[in-house]
Amino acid sequence: MGVLGPIWAIARKDLLLEFRNRDIVVSLLVFSLLVLVIFNFAVELTPVNRFVVGPGILWVAVAFAGVIGMNRAFIIEKDRDALDGLMLAPVSRDTLFFGKALGSLVFMLIAEAVLFPVFTVLFDVDILRVETAVIAAMATFGFSAAGTAFAAMAVNTRSREIMLPVLFLPVISPLLIAAVEATARVAEGGSWSDAAQWIQLTAVFDIVFFVAAAVLFHFVLED
Amino acid sequence: MTDQTQAIAVQSLAKAFGRTAVLQNLDLAMPAGQILVMLGANGAGKTTFLRILATLTRADSGKALVNGFDIASQPEEVRRTTGVVTHSAMLYGDLTVRENLHFAARMFRMPGREARAGAVARQLDIDRRLGDRVRTLSHGLQKRVALARALLHRPSLLVLDEPESGLDQVAVGLFERVLSDHKANGGSAVVTTHSVDRGLALGDRLVILARGHIVFDQPRTGLDSATLRDIYARYAEPN
Repeated sequence: MGVLGPIWAIARKDLLLEFRNRDIVVSLLVFSLLVLVIFNFAVELTPVNRFVVGPGILWVAVAFAGVIGMNRAFIIEKDRDALDGLMLAPVSRDTLFFGKALGSLVFMLIAEAVLFPVFTVLFDVDILRVETAVIAAMATFGFSAAGTAFAAMAVNTRSREIMLPVLFLPVISPLLIAAVEATARVAEGGSWSDAAQWIQLTAVFDIVFFVAAAVLFHFVLED
Repeated sequence: MTDQTQAIAVQSLAKAFGRTAVLQNLDLAMPAGQILVMLGANGAGKTTFLRILATLTRADSGKALVNGFDIASQPEEVRRTTGVVTHSAMLYGDLTVRENLHFAARMFRMPGREARAGAVARQLDIDRRLGDRVRTLSHGLQKRVALARALLHRPSLLVLDEPESGLDQVAVGLFERVLSDHKANGGSAVVTTHSVDRGLALGDRLVILARGHIVFDQPRTGLDSATLRDIYARYAEPN
């Protein structure tokens, strides 16, 4: 089974806990959908600016959903000191990091599977394309990796609900900007080559954030 | 090669939190097959010592081998051969008892987890509660589940931090039987408690920890409750 078994066990356990506690999933989706609806009414969309502002609004909704989900993923570990139990498993801290990050990644991708079609309808911008799916998967990968390390750090602070967005969102903003720009290029009807520069930048941020987050996670877990 | 005749071998172990020294040059050797009871007042360093042995907390200096494995360089091997119960249950409240045990078994990459989870659940008399969510169980039952989880992977060393706190008389009896079976199978245990009488009932050897040092260390043989109480009162005033 190697290390993949424990990694999948952690991710599966996190998803099971998230979906079993339905009020969190429902409130997270309602909150993200509300962001899309409010901006849809607040911003006067024209055939030109919908491609410029739309992707930004979409990624704000995704980021909020992600932050709430990742906060939850570590708050359940603090309840009854379950994180200590996790740390007693005979696996490396990297395995714990990969498992927690995978759980967040899958959770965010599920949220995006709901948000993207709603965005397409509300903003009349067709982003349901392979290119957008690839961009979303890449950006969500870096986002969930970095978010996992920051959530592990924030959960040990007193105002944990506030600390994660305060610490994490400024750090992750370059990745979000790259994702917004790449999504905008594709939404305008552009091809891979039109978005290539931003997709490459997203890939670079993914690598940087993944490596840095794995290292940070080690330090956060040590007393 | 690892020396597995020693369950615990600790040399000059030290740990401080900020300016507060919790453990100071602590030395301890415990042969395999022994039940060592550690007594001490609140703040004496018992929990920190056990957390270091369990690889949950990093020591500032010194060396510790658990089941022959170095806690600093071989932490995964230490965890594979050690079962731990702390003050908290370390369980997921929204998972059932069965799901908690299966999750732990997956993390230990254990084959036959269904059968093994059933076996430890029967041993701790929680087999009828396997389908219940942990958050619906009483504190005592959660503690039994925590002990079941600690036994799941057949550890050779049990690290038990006040395992009897919050347990009723039936559960205390169950715990004593589990500990006795563990010893009969060649296992070792280090157990902390505040109760001198419980320490005498459980341990082959008793140590008293005070201000980060071991101030008393003797086999149970020849010790009586009154003498031990007197020694405990002398050394273990609260820090």
